Amino acid sequence: MALTVVSQIFPREMIPAVLPLIEDKLQHSKEIIRRKAVLALYKFHLIAPNQVQHIHIKFRKALCDRDVGVMAASLHIYFRMIKENSSGYKDLTGSFVTILKQVVGGKLPVDFNYHSVPAPWLQIQLLRILGLLGKDDQRTSELMYDVLDESLRRAELNHNVTYAILFECVHTVYSIYPKSELLEKAAKCIGRFVLSPKINLKYLGLKALTYVIQQDPTLALQHQMTIIECLDHPDPIIKRETLELLYRITNAQNITVIVQKMLEYLQQSKEEYIIVNLVGKIAELAEKYAPDNAWFIQTMNAVFSVGGDVMHPDIPNNFLRLLAEGFDDETENQQLRLYAVQSYLTLLDAENVFYPQKFLQVMSWVLGEYSYLLDEETPEEVITKLYKLLMNDSVSSETKAWLLAAVTKLTPQAHSSNIVERLIQEFTISLDTCMRQHAFELKHLRENVELMKSLLPVDKSCEDMVVDASLSFLDGFVAEELSQGAAPYKPHHQRQEEKLSQEKVLNFEPYGLSFSSSGFTGRQSPAGISLGSDISGNSAETGLKETNSLKLEGIKKLWGKEGYLPKKEGKTGDETEVPPVPQESIIMENVDQTIIKKDQSQVLTQSKEEKEKQLLASSLFVGLGTESTINLLGKADTVSHKFRRKSKVKETKSGETTSAQNMPCSYFSSSSDVTYEDDYYLDTLQDRGDKELNKFSLNSELLDSESLTELPSVEKLSSCTLSTPSLFTDDMEGLHSPSSTAASVANEISLASSLLEETSEHMHSDLVEVCNNETISVSSYKIWKDDCLLVVWSVSNKSGLELKSADLEISSAENFKITEQPGCCLPVIETESIKTFQYSVQMEKPFTEGNLFGFINYQMMDTHSVQLEFSVNLSLLDFIRPLKISTENFGKLWLSFANDVKQNVKMSESQAALPSALKTLQQKLRLHVVEIIGNEGLLACQLLPSVPCLLHFRVHGDVLALWFRSSCSTLPDYLLYQCQKVVEGS
Amino acid sequence: MIKAILIFNNHGKPRLSKFYQPYSEDTQQQIIRETFHLVSKRDENVCNFLEGGLLIGGSDNKLIYRHYATLYFVFCVDSSESELGILDLIQVFVETLDKCFENVCELDLIFHVDKVHNILAEMVMGGMVLETNMNEIVTQIDAQNKLEKSEVRMESALGNEGRKHDHELCMMCSFHRLSFSITL
Repeated sequence: MALTVVSQIFPREMIPAVLPLIEDKLQHSKEIIRRKAVLALYKFHLIAPNQVQHIHIKFRKALCDRDVGVMAASLHIYFRMIKENSSGYKDLTGSFVTILKQVVGGKLPVDFNYHSVPAPWLQIQLLRILGLLGKDDQRTSELMYDVLDESLRRAELNHNVTYAILFECVHTVYSIYPKSELLEKAAKCIGRFVLSPKINLKYLGLKALTYVIQQDPTLALQHQMTIIECLDHPDPIIKRETLELLYRITNAQNITVIVQKMLEYLQQSKEEYIIVNLVGKIAELAEKYAPDNAWFIQTMNAVFSVGGDVMHPDIPNNFLRLLAEGFDDETENQQLRLYAVQSYLTLLDAENVFYPQKFLQVMSWVLGEYSYLLDEETPEEVITKLYKLLMNDSVSSETKAWLLAAVTKLTPQAHSSNIVERLIQEFTISLDTCMRQHAFELKHLRENVELMKSLLPVDKSCEDMVVDASLSFLDGFVAEELSQGAAPYKPHHQRQEEKLSQEKVLNFEPYGLSFSSSGFTGRQSPAGISLGSDISGNSAETGLKETNSLKLEGIKKLWGKEGYLPKKEGKTGDETEVPPVPQESIIMENVDQTIIKKDQSQVLTQSKEEKEKQLLASSLFVGLGTESTINLLGKADTVSHKFRRKSKVKETKSGETTSAQNMPCSYFSSSSDVTYEDDYYLDTLQDRGDKELNKFSLNSELLDSESLTELPSVEKLSSCTLSTPSLFTDDMEGLHSPSSTAASVANEISLASSLLEETSEHMHSDLVEVCNNETISVSSYKIWKDDCLLVVWSVSNKSGLELKSADLEISSAENFKITEQPGCCLPVIETESIKTFQYSVQMEKPFTEGNLFGFINYQMMDTHSVQLEFSVNLSLLDFIRPLKISTENFGKLWLSFANDVKQNVKMSESQAALPSALKTLQQKLRLHVVEIIGNEGLLACQLLPSVPCLLHFRVHGDVLALWFRSSCSTLPDYLLYQCQKVVEGS
Repeated sequence: MIKAILIFNNHGKPRLSKFYQPYSEDTQQQIIRETFHLVSKRDENVCNFLEGGLLIGGSDNKLIYRHYATLYFVFCVDSSESELGILDLIQVFVETLDKCFENVCELDLIFHVDKVHNILAEMVMGGMVLETNMNEIVTQIDAQNKLEKSEVRMESALGNEGRKHDHELCMMCSFHRLSFSITL
């Protein structure tokens, strides 16, 4: 009973406490208890997968349990795990197939039958697992064909449950690697489903058809009539399923009819979810297959007016982009736009019709951009219409901003503009600050017609605006401010941390603010600052203040144009419009000096940040001496580094061109410079000839054999973690290797020479033979470099013959990222020589252990090629490196990490004292000891490439209290597991 | 897995609700209300599956329901469960109830909620189907009932004996506990 409770809602913190008890229950004599225990463990797996990873073997045992119930329970677990990672369980396919064969064959005891069907639920589960396993994998699928055929045959249609099995069968057949006979049978089954008078079966039949239709559209043709009937079915669910089916078979010919049907359904339904879903589908279809312009615009109009404000924001954005960018044919474009404008004008003419806000926004943009295409109507008339809308109370302020922007765009084309003046008058006194600002902008633009025309050209919406996202034009200003003693900008998170640490200075004393003079880097890079401001602009706190900038961001297409506005404001010198912060006017002027093109919203963001920053600085630095100011400056830099990386990702995603990317570019170019030098060096080396080369590789081998004798002491490793710069660049070259032109021989030399260096400088594991035969033997060892794990395979030719076209390949594994080092394919391996292959491996997501598989191909003299497979086991520890940080940085990082794990571990007696425990951890896990304070210790390490993890531990008697924190959610659990092993094991 | 099991009558009065994922009281009520709303307006001759609601987090979920006399049995499951399989599971559940209560009706569910929960716990554990064999479930339930009765008897026996037999009581208590750990 308690097991049942356990599997209900259960806090993850309690799992370690109960886990052993439940594991014991797996051996219980009663099957029901074993079964429940398995399910409880599964529940744990769901809650915290990394805490129960060591019991996977026990699941396997449960799968082979003599009782069917326990086996069935374990299927739940496997279904889940296979869903996550199907490749890891391919080897179990055989046993699943056998189980299913037994079940289908009626080998189970009679009490598992349900309506004379043997264990239907079990069958369903198994079929699903097989479907997952066999996906796109011919070899595993072949194993299944027989049993699937069998179950299709056996399923006599007499009860619901058999239909269920049949349905799963069909599903599986279609998801695995196809086999024509089975497909035929499955198709027949689907036919039975669809034609069945039972409504549930019909529903499933339609569902099955939807799966199948992509592979075999002809099947739909067979059931045409049924589908048509279903369309008019009274049950809305059936109808929707049919539409889903139709959506899949839509093409250019039938689009009109299908969309028509969809719109009909759309008008009837009231559920928000359905509307959102369907509207998305219609829009997608319309974009893909639209037969002509009029139809397209009308469909989109219908979509907008029905979908309204609930639909996904992508739809109007895509639509506008389509309009703006158009197709290849320019006249086509013009027609499309003209039609859109006309249709919107007619729509606006209609009295007393309320359109959703999104629709109005789309309309206003289109009218603003393309009204000039109209012949018969003047811009004034369009403006009048927009004005009418603006005065309408039911229009939201965001939409009003769109409308006003459209009016602004139309103003230069209009000749007389009474309405515009009236509009300006009304909105300059508007209570809405955003509207007031827009109105002011318009007003000033009108005063300077020349500028306005150049700013708002006709039909230029698609031209790329270079938005300087990094705000580099502010660099000068920032530098100036900094030199005047202003504090550098700190990102939001850091500020909070600092506040925290100041408030709780007592609590965090061990990591404390004991300001040492380390980490001083002097001038902060301005790009870092401005990007930081971008980030905090996203954060909720600042976001609230900046309604302006957020608004503008929503209106993507207007962005670039609005960006011009502030420039003009500065020139006319009119400062009435500048928001009521006095400081900002100064900033504006400053900005003006360096301005090229800019985005107003960002200026506002920046200036506000600036102000906030200064306020904060004044509050922060009370009571702190100059020294600490410097210190904080240094730290801000390190933090901003980290954020910069993040923001880079974000920006590349949004596809904006930012000057921020120049930063890493220059970084790389400097390194590649070094590389070229290296190449030059290598070229000179090359001249010395091949003999030399052999010597090099032999030399490295020599070193290897030496290293065999000495055990890798990790202390040494930690001593050489801070490698010399020259070595670093050497590594860079190995990784990036930009010089593809360099001769392969040169590469070999570099390989050999770098190997020389590496083996002397880095720690490496013993040479282990992974596979061999009479001619060659392959052995491998790992080199734990600072920035990556190098796995080196050395292939030695034992025979007296030359080996041709030897090639070593490593199959890609799910958790690893493998980078091939240069020179991996050797044309010839000479007699009794040794060649090495290097791969640098990086871990993509943490896990305890994994295997790297590979094979080597070679060809003997005049014989066929031989292939030899091997595998290398890599554990998490291979990717852990010490992280050298100071205590105060430790404190900072500690606060910034959200994921923590605590655990008490009992130590063996031999190492009950802190120093010895520390030493074991340092040696076995390669952790860096940051500081030891009394009976507490701070350790830090990082998972390559750069996921830090911090460890705080305290000794009470013989109990070690471990406390992990990391930015990665799963890493602490894995590390804890390793620590436990180390501490308890020794 | 099964996300929730709900039973309510034709008027939307919940008779049993079991959630296999943590929800706040309010959301639970909300879910029950919405589910009833969705289910009750459907005709008798439409299919027993409902899809694409937003109710229990995500479009992945399906409602599978059956209507018996005055009661709706609704299972909310995710995509990893087979529709027809669940439909039959409901059938098994109801038949088991019928066996345990001998002609089950709505009143049984009201007055013996604990029993119904016990039966459900034997069938579904933490959202996973545990046992689908009716006889097996009935035996387990019977065993539990027997245990319950013996406990009641023991308690009353203890009450009669009074305080004289303190020592015995201790013994019995420990025995009692033992029997509990056996049923674990």
